[in-house]
Amino acid sequence: MKQVRTVLFFPPESVEEPVTYHLISDHGLRVNILRARIDPGKQGRMVVDLEGDDSQLAAGLNYLERIGVEVKPLTTEIRHMEETCTACTACIPHCPTGALSVDRDDSWAVAFEPEKCILCLSCMEVCIYGAMVLGEE
Amino acid sequence: MTRTIQQINERIRSGSAVVLTAEEVIDAVKQDGIKTAFKKVDVVTTGTFSPMCSSGAFFNIRQSKEKMKIGGGFATLNHVPAYAGLAAADIYLGATALPDGDPRNGNGRPGKFRYGGAHVIEALVAGRKVTLRAGGYGTDCYPRRERVQEIGLEDTNDAFLFNPRNGYQNYNVAVNPSDKPIYTYMGKLKPKLGNANYCSAGQLSPLFKDPYYRTIGIGTRVFLGGALGYVAWSGTQHNAAVPRRKNGAPVRPAGTLALVGDLKQMDPRWLRAVSFAGYGVTLSLALGVPIPILDEEMLRFAAVTDEEIVAPVVDYSRFYPTGEGEPVLGEVSYAELKSGRIRLKGKTVPTGSFSSYAKAREVARHVKALIESKAFLLTEAQAPLPGARGEQEVRS
Repeated sequence: MKQVRTVLFFPPESVEEPVTYHLISDHGLRVNILRARIDPGKQGRMVVDLEGDDSQLAAGLNYLERIGVEVKPLTTEIRHMEETCTACTACIPHCPTGALSVDRDDSWAVAFEPEKCILCLSCMEVCIYGAMVLGEE
Repeated sequence: MTRTIQQINERIRSGSAVVLTAEEVIDAVKQDGIKTAFKKVDVVTTGTFSPMCSSGAFFNIRQSKEKMKIGGGFATLNHVPAYAGLAAADIYLGATALPDGDPRNGNGRPGKFRYGGAHVIEALVAGRKVTLRAGGYGTDCYPRRERVQEIGLEDTNDAFLFNPRNGYQNYNVAVNPSDKPIYTYMGKLKPKLGNANYCSAGQLSPLFKDPYYRTIGIGTRVFLGGALGYVAWSGTQHNAAVPRRKNGAPVRPAGTLALVGDLKQMDPRWLRAVSFAGYGVTLSLALGVPIPILDEEMLRFAAVTDEEIVAPVVDYSRFYPTGEGEPVLGEVSYAELKSGRIRLKGKTVPTGSFSSYAKAREVARHVKALIESKAFLLTEAQAPLPGARGEQEVRS
């Protein structure tokens, strides 16, 4: 069994497709939705953990590609701009997964672990320096 | 034994002064005790890097050939309005000023406040040009009525930061016991005590290390935004008369400083514009004040630790905005705040800060290096701050 955390981008035409249902029932994947924003008629985005064996995962990803859902690794999604960050720590209590953390014993530097991030975007709202940026901004 | 500021300056000039940061002095006193450490330590440097809304800058715009009176007219810099109620070429740009078209908190949504006065100040300090738009009504001596021009700091005769209030000695810890999120100048506060936000460098913060303003007064030279600056006056809302602990540390917001410094010498590393969602634009600024260790008492003050200073926890959903309800929900030490969580009303509440301890430490180290390289000599205060202990009140 393998688990991948990934971001699914839905073009407007596949927003109404029951994607999660197909991933589970047709491809036998375990799907854990960490975050989703899907507006009918518009594009949508979903952060998911997909769990299955290699062939199940390959088939699932193939299905997603076929219906036009873009699959992107989570790491390309949100970035911590270390040069911009002052390590004030205002973001820390807003990060639900501990993806943002601070070294309180020594440097007081703030670190970001993208693999723990579920793209809730709370940090973007509360960072007064604009040190958390989305995508290629 | 005591020492004077003059003696300390002589030692700085001769390269023999012992300068420690406010963190280092804590270790030195723990190791050697007050008496022994006092014999060695001449200066303790403090630092803070934090947003302060009561910030802004005066500019004197160099006149064009045909002169113009902005005073009584208007001026904007990158569409951000400046105060134009001064002389012909003087304007003041406040950090929180917003362009007319900014939606602010309109449409029932917390505004993003992406650009304001602080951003203009930061751009100028970073060496960029901004667009001045100014209008005047025309006089015999100032006939010109309109001016639109890209200007940088080099196009001003003078540019100095003037903060009516800075360096708050202690501050509230903000919480939200209500059941909906709120957006405040202490950040976003999650409902049901979801987080507790504080804003002080604690044991590195200047006025915590000279709690009775024995050495910090009007005329004290400071490090401000990357330049040398001065304490111009007591800051607005300065209030020495608050309850204090035995070590002198106030347990409520207390002293403040009005600060001035040459914007042309400042550096964006030490001066940053910030945007508080749902609240507004403000300016974060580095402030460092060296404390002369005149006697053992000053060393005791300068060696105060985060465990020994406390801040009040205030309800920003009810008491702060309306004055109703419980004024202070509790008191917590800076050591607790910096641990990442505090206990409040039987709950564990995660903490966040707007004052960067990492940057505060950088400031204190930088000021230490400036003193060690003889680029920063200490000054005698010319007049005490109101409520300073052991000083005669000389201000009228």
